[in-house]
Amino acid sequence: MSLLAIENLSLSIHGLPILKEVSMGVAPGRILGVIGESGSGKSITAFSVLHLLPNGTDCTGRITLNGNDILSLSERDLCGLRGREVGMVFQEPMTALNPLKTIGAQVAETILIHEKVSKSEAMARAAEALRRAELPQDRFPLSRYPHELSGGQRQRVVIAMAIALKPKLLIADEPTTALDVTTQAQILDLLKRLVAEDGMGLMLISHDLAVVADLADDLVIMKDGEVVESGPAKSLFANMQHPYSKALLEASSHVPLRTGEAVEVPLLEVREVVRDYTGHSHGWWGKTTHFRAVDQVSFSIRKGESLGLVGESGCGKSTLTRAILGLEEVQRGEILFDGLPVFTHHHANAAVRRRMQVVFQDPYGSFNPRWKVGRLVTEPFHLLEEPPRGREREKAIAEALESVGMRAADADKYIHEFSGGQRQRIAIARALIIRPDLIILDEAVSALDVSVRAQVLDLLADLSGRFGLTYLFISHDLSVVRSITDRVLVMKAGRIVEEGPTATVFDHPKDPYTQQLVAAAPVLPADAA
Amino acid sequence: MLHYFLKRLISLGLSLVAASVVIFLALEVVPGDPASYMLGLNAQEDTLNALRQELGLNGTILERYVSWAGGLLTGDFGTSYTYRTPVAGMIGDRLWVSLPLALYALILSTLIAFPAGIWAAARRGTAADATVMGVTQLGVAIPNFWFAMLMVLVFAINLRWFSAGGFPGWDAGFFVAMKALTLPAIALALPQASILTRVMRSSLLDTLNEDFIRTARAKGLTKGQALWRHAVRNALIPVLTILGLQFSFLLAGAIIIENVFFLPGLGRLVFQSISARDLIVVESIVMLLVFAVILVNFAVDMAYAWVDPRLRRRR
Amino acid sequence: MSLLLHSRTLLPGLVLTLVFTGAALISLVWVPYDITVLDIASRMKPPSWVHPFGTDQFGRDILSMIMEGARTSIAVALVAVGIGMVIGVPFGLAAAVRKGGLMDEVIMRGNDLVFAFPSLLIAVMITAVFGASALNAIIAIGIFNIPVFARLTRGAALSLWSRDYILAARVAGKGQARISLEHILPNVANLLIVQGTIQFSLGILAEAGLSYVGLGAQPPIASWGRMLADSQTMISLAPHLALFPGLAILLTVLGLNLLGDGLRDALDPKLRRARV
Repeated sequence: MSLLAIENLSLSIHGLPILKEVSMGVAPGRILGVIGESGSGKSITAFSVLHLLPNGTDCTGRITLNGNDILSLSERDLCGLRGREVGMVFQEPMTALNPLKTIGAQVAETILIHEKVSKSEAMARAAEALRRAELPQDRFPLSRYPHELSGGQRQRVVIAMAIALKPKLLIADEPTTALDVTTQAQILDLLKRLVAEDGMGLMLISHDLAVVADLADDLVIMKDGEVVESGPAKSLFANMQHPYSKALLEASSHVPLRTGEAVEVPLLEVREVVRDYTGHSHGWWGKTTHFRAVDQVSFSIRKGESLGLVGESGCGKSTLTRAILGLEEVQRGEILFDGLPVFTHHHANAAVRRRMQVVFQDPYGSFNPRWKVGRLVTEPFHLLEEPPRGREREKAIAEALESVGMRAADADKYIHEFSGGQRQRIAIARALIIRPDLIILDEAVSALDVSVRAQVLDLLADLSGRFGLTYLFISHDLSVVRSITDRVLVMKAGRIVEEGPTATVFDHPKDPYTQQLVAAAPVLPADAA
Repeated sequence: MLHYFLKRLISLGLSLVAASVVIFLALEVVPGDPASYMLGLNAQEDTLNALRQELGLNGTILERYVSWAGGLLTGDFGTSYTYRTPVAGMIGDRLWVSLPLALYALILSTLIAFPAGIWAAARRGTAADATVMGVTQLGVAIPNFWFAMLMVLVFAINLRWFSAGGFPGWDAGFFVAMKALTLPAIALALPQASILTRVMRSSLLDTLNEDFIRTARAKGLTKGQALWRHAVRNALIPVLTILGLQFSFLLAGAIIIENVFFLPGLGRLVFQSISARDLIVVESIVMLLVFAVILVNFAVDMAYAWVDPRLRRRR
Repeated sequence: MSLLLHSRTLLPGLVLTLVFTGAALISLVWVPYDITVLDIASRMKPPSWVHPFGTDQFGRDILSMIMEGARTSIAVALVAVGIGMVIGVPFGLAAAVRKGGLMDEVIMRGNDLVFAFPSLLIAVMITAVFGASALNAIIAIGIFNIPVFARLTRGAALSLWSRDYILAARVAGKGQARISLEHILPNVANLLIVQGTIQFSLGILAEAGLSYVGLGAQPPIASWGRMLADSQTMISLAPHLALFPGLAILLTVLGLNLLGDGLRDALDPKLRRARV
């Protein structure tokens, strides 16, 4: 008998339909993976189980949890269910905890809300729940505040809160999306273990097919508020029926077709670069602290090559990027572009800078919302001594936009009129407009849905062949790096720990850290089709 | 925590020094010298010299500042020219009207604003919320001295519940004195309470949208429990900032309101001194009020640390 | 036009503001009665068809005085907001360029210092030294406005400096000053407009308060605050003397606050999206 059954759930918010006839079920001890891209309705489905829905929501259908008809329960009864029968883990661990309360108090609250126990007993049980979430008391006492913990540790606190009363169902909404790969693997292992120990049902929501594939017993694939395909994970992966599922699977493991050859001439050379940051730990009169963000880094990129740089957050990737782009000077070592130094006499070298451009991660934060696209994409013209004007400028804009698959007429629109994928195309157009030799792609596809990501990767592959571009591809996502780079660097704590041809490094990692990264990266089952 | 405290304390000291320099210099720019300014055009040379001596004007600017600031530290504010009495004593008497008035108003405004703000936020979009927002919109816009005049018209002249002005002194008994301060305190508190209510409401609404409120609801807390246990304290942080700023508005506002009710406070004294060109008194009162504002801001910084653990410990 | 429909407060706010600025502008060329002429025969008359708001103790027409008072209030507050913006905004932009840098520290500590002097105290000091006048009221309120705009600009600019589009501009070789003008300023403009209307209304309140205690505009310049001060002793005999100037202040300030709220709702794309 199923623990949770959602039957023909339709839902609208202020009359706007969000879910259409959604059905799925979770059995005790089993893991249901719910997959979909943004806007598929997967999260709202999860929140409807707890009936934590925005005002103006209208539901029809049935949700049965352990025999209770959720949609007919009173708010009071629902409060009794939440936290006791159903635990929930959210996407953003950094904001999911109250910053002003200790982790112990926050975990104990789950217990105190539902059971008449003394505060000290609740605290003891909170300590036990935290221990089960792998936050032992000797290192993470109850008196810690959330800001003293990392993202992964905070997510463990959220998990401890969710499992403190051993609920029958756990709902995890993109629980690892905001985390690094290795932390992601640990959190997923933890969830899996807890499900097995307590015999809970787990509803795991994710946009990442590979994350779910590793874990789930059953799968549901959603699109635009509807379930397009569902079934046991094994058979579903082996035999997908719906065209959308197939497209999603293809996009998740998409390898763009690349043309163009690298030549044996170095374009960018980084030699023993060191970048230290000096900070004041307590304002002006505090003692100074030193932090070495980039430590003796050396590598080179050949003309026409696509070089990957992988590493987790805080490893020094961004600092290195800034140094290469001439935004920050390094303390030691040198960076040469086509034989010319990026910095001369503490000034960024304009002749070098106009040959490099960058594409950032966030398609929403990358553009000034008050400028039209035409002005946005021509901003790099500032680097030129004689930027094109009038007709020539129009022509350059049109060419750049058309080469990324946009229309010349888009130049007169504002950026908010475009989707995330289109914005990223415009960001590439902005990078292309001064015909640079090197484009640094800083997590350029990380914020995109898989199907859009596949298209943008195709575009990048196509452009590199057409314009003879060299890429430095920075990403935390190993599968993306694998699909588009020739060689890869692995960075950890400011150092390059491993370097080599992408396939070799990923298939036979030598450095322990690389091995850990590769092992942690979620992969799709080999027989998926 | 100790570090945070020390850092704030140093900053408090620096602010006081800076403020005293500004006030000192402001009066240095008086056309001519303060003595002739105070005595007017027809002053005798020997009277002028006597006053210069008394004002300590016969030194370099640094010497004069040091002796003035040193006097402040020891409680010696100098001697009023018009009244021929020590300024410290004059201010002391008046302070016992102005300070209780400002505190009375601050307490009133907090007592009104916190419940009203929380109430409105918890009932967002309802008629109750709209009423609170409408009333506070008026409260913010109303000039407090005009409101005070209207209250005098209604409660003192027509209804005769209160006297129209004056202060019987604390010797007349606590409640008698407080009664005399009640209308002025209400007039002072009304605009501040309105502002504070609105800040409390919007801060609370922002907090209620935070992820951790959703987490709390997922644990099984009701809307009300989530509000009281998780939202209110978080919402206090911006409210404290406004509360600190308000104290300076209350002090300044008290100067005006004292004039409506003929209260013998610092406000009355300051205007009398301006018309009597008694610069020493003006200087001392301004310094005292600025000192109070800086001190309150220090207290607000300490309150931040009490509310927010992120400030207590170094990160 | 569609902006007006976005907010319930924008239209009433705009109407009230236009009524009082209109009255102030008309008073430049025409008022019903000359307020420099005293007419003891018709003193303290209650409102009538001849004098819609009545007359004061010197027989002057209160409507005319309110129209001229609007001019004083609006001029003082407007110039004071201008001073605050023109000085405060560049300071805020400069402070935000490097958070915690020397420039930032100096500007912010200077701000804290000015904040320690409520506008009334600044006025008291200026008056003590230079005497009372409308100009000194403007300076006092203006000085007080500087840190308000500097802080607001700095806060908003700081969050903008961490955006990727600023990084993109730096990659395009643009300097800090240019980025501040091209990218930061246009994106904080909405905020400044909204705060500007709020400071405008606070300025009107402050001017009224200063004039009420005699630190503001001096006769023969008409001023709402002084009208109230003059009416105080006669409030039980002729309440209309206190009623109309007070209402004028209340409605002008209310109008500006409603306008500010409305503009904030209408100009904030985040709120607009939420409403859809």
